[in-house]
Amino acid sequence: MSVDTATVKRVARLARIAVTDAEAEKMKGELNAILGFVEQLDEVDVSGVEPMTSAVETTMRKRVDEVTDGDCAEDVVANAPMSDDHFFMVPKVVE
Amino acid sequence: MTDLTDLTIAEAREGLEKKDFSAVELTDAYLGAIEGAKALNAYIVTTPDKAREMAAASDRKLAAGEGRALEGIPLGIKDLFATQGVHTQACSHILNEFKPRYESTVTSNLWADGAVMLGKLNMDEFAMGSSNETSYYGAVVNPWRAKGSNAALVPGGSSGGSAAAVAARICAGATATDTGGSIRQPAALTGTVGIKPTYGRCSRWGVVAFASSLDQAGPIARTVKDAALLLKSMASVDLKDTTSVDRPVPDYAAAVGRPVKGLKIGIPKEYRVDGMAPETETLWQQGIEWLKAEGAEIVDISLPHTHYALPAYYIVAPAEASSNLARYDGVRFGLRVPGNDITDMYEKTRAAGFGAEVKRRVMIGTYVLSAGYYDAYYLKAQKVRTLIKRDFDLAFEAGVDAILTPTTPDAAFEPGAITDPVSMYLQDIFTVTVNMAGLPGISVPAGLNEKGLPLGLQLIGKPFGEETLFQVAQVIENAAGRFQAEKWWA
Repeated sequence: MSVDTATVKRVARLARIAVTDAEAEKMKGELNAILGFVEQLDEVDVSGVEPMTSAVETTMRKRVDEVTDGDCAEDVVANAPMSDDHFFMVPKVVE
Repeated sequence: MTDLTDLTIAEAREGLEKKDFSAVELTDAYLGAIEGAKALNAYIVTTPDKAREMAAASDRKLAAGEGRALEGIPLGIKDLFATQGVHTQACSHILNEFKPRYESTVTSNLWADGAVMLGKLNMDEFAMGSSNETSYYGAVVNPWRAKGSNAALVPGGSSGGSAAAVAARICAGATATDTGGSIRQPAALTGTVGIKPTYGRCSRWGVVAFASSLDQAGPIARTVKDAALLLKSMASVDLKDTTSVDRPVPDYAAAVGRPVKGLKIGIPKEYRVDGMAPETETLWQQGIEWLKAEGAEIVDISLPHTHYALPAYYIVAPAEASSNLARYDGVRFGLRVPGNDITDMYEKTRAAGFGAEVKRRVMIGTYVLSAGYYDAYYLKAQKVRTLIKRDFDLAFEAGVDAILTPTTPDAAFEPGAITDPVSMYLQDIFTVTVNMAGLPGISVPAGLNEKGLPLGLQLIGKPFGEETLFQVAQVIENAAGRFQAEKWWA
């Protein structure tokens, strides 16, 4: 499968990365080279093969459903580009 | 007295216990060496005050006879590990000025064993790269140069800063991470020892996520024994990472020096690839001879799906990365570039914050996970992964204790020499299978090529077979000797 410039722009939109026309054009070639490379997998017969879900056979460890962390709003917002009164500040979303 | 920075971790621990020198003196020796090695660009941040404070605390412990496993040992930390109050950006601009309020489990473990932090080490942005050229903080220079040449070489990646710092003796050892080869490939290119343990052996908590089903932390060190000492401290079960495995951490250093007589070492024919340097081939054969001479049994094995590991990796890793990196949106941490509305802000922030390689991988990941493509790409790749793992399972079931391969097809190259992304990905051709199967792998220096540059051999083990890897790697280290770059940088 290969992508055209319009697809590159659509994917960039999904990935929330702004791209110029020139960048999209350049990316098209690079992405197609990578997609061409992974096409080798078409040679592999995977019928009846289960997808790998964990590298090591384990049962997921569970813990008691209780609060183990919290009361650290100051720490949570400490690295925010903009915050006010322990809220993250973003441009207006709802008119 | 010899230069304190020449001591291995094991030797430094002995000297500290015997009070030949203090932890503060050892730390000061490293801080001085770092000052003189700026040309390598291995450190992006140094923490001298913190280092001296930690070293002074170590001296008090040592004076009281309470020295712990790594008491007073100065380490460099890859920028991927969260270090409380200290620069942690995965060498990306998008984490601009991020200083976590918490400490990663791996580094917490190291400090709890008495280690001293010298600073944060350079790396490829978000651990995506094989040459350390994608760092926002610029490329790292390999301490090694070809004989008779002044040309800079790359240290490999993504843990290029870790490998270069260990090779240049500007830290006693370093933390690193490996998603497709990021510990072993730079270790091979710098003449150092690097081990990626079994998936789940080290906690991923507080390690900036790249591809969660592949990422593992591990050490880079000067000797096999030092790597064993570091891994012992780094590994743990952790309630904060459900994929960390609850089983005792063995005394890895005790495995170093055990005889290998009777061990079965597999040689996979699929690792003889086109484009492999003849010297790599020769060295691989040399490694076989060394192990044979010590009584190991060499058996030919087949891992038929080897060829598909790299293409499958370039679906799985970008897919997981695109999900993991969705959190960098200019809201909760790091860089924000203002926009007309919130979507515009996200898009401008991510366009300005991510470098070209990260963007490429996020784009690939987004594409293969987008509507209608999941089964054709991600699911298929995960099925291929099952087949890759099965190849290894069959070899181990047939009695193989460890597998010997080259670590990389060739030695260190010049910056800018590989510009095509897919060609760069081929750097990991021998290492990536190990991540796909979740197995442990160690790279140990095995010789120099005719240009005088180091080459490494890789040993692949059974799940949680790290002790066997240390055991066999020591035999290679004994036979090959240790390699030190000639100092040109100060």
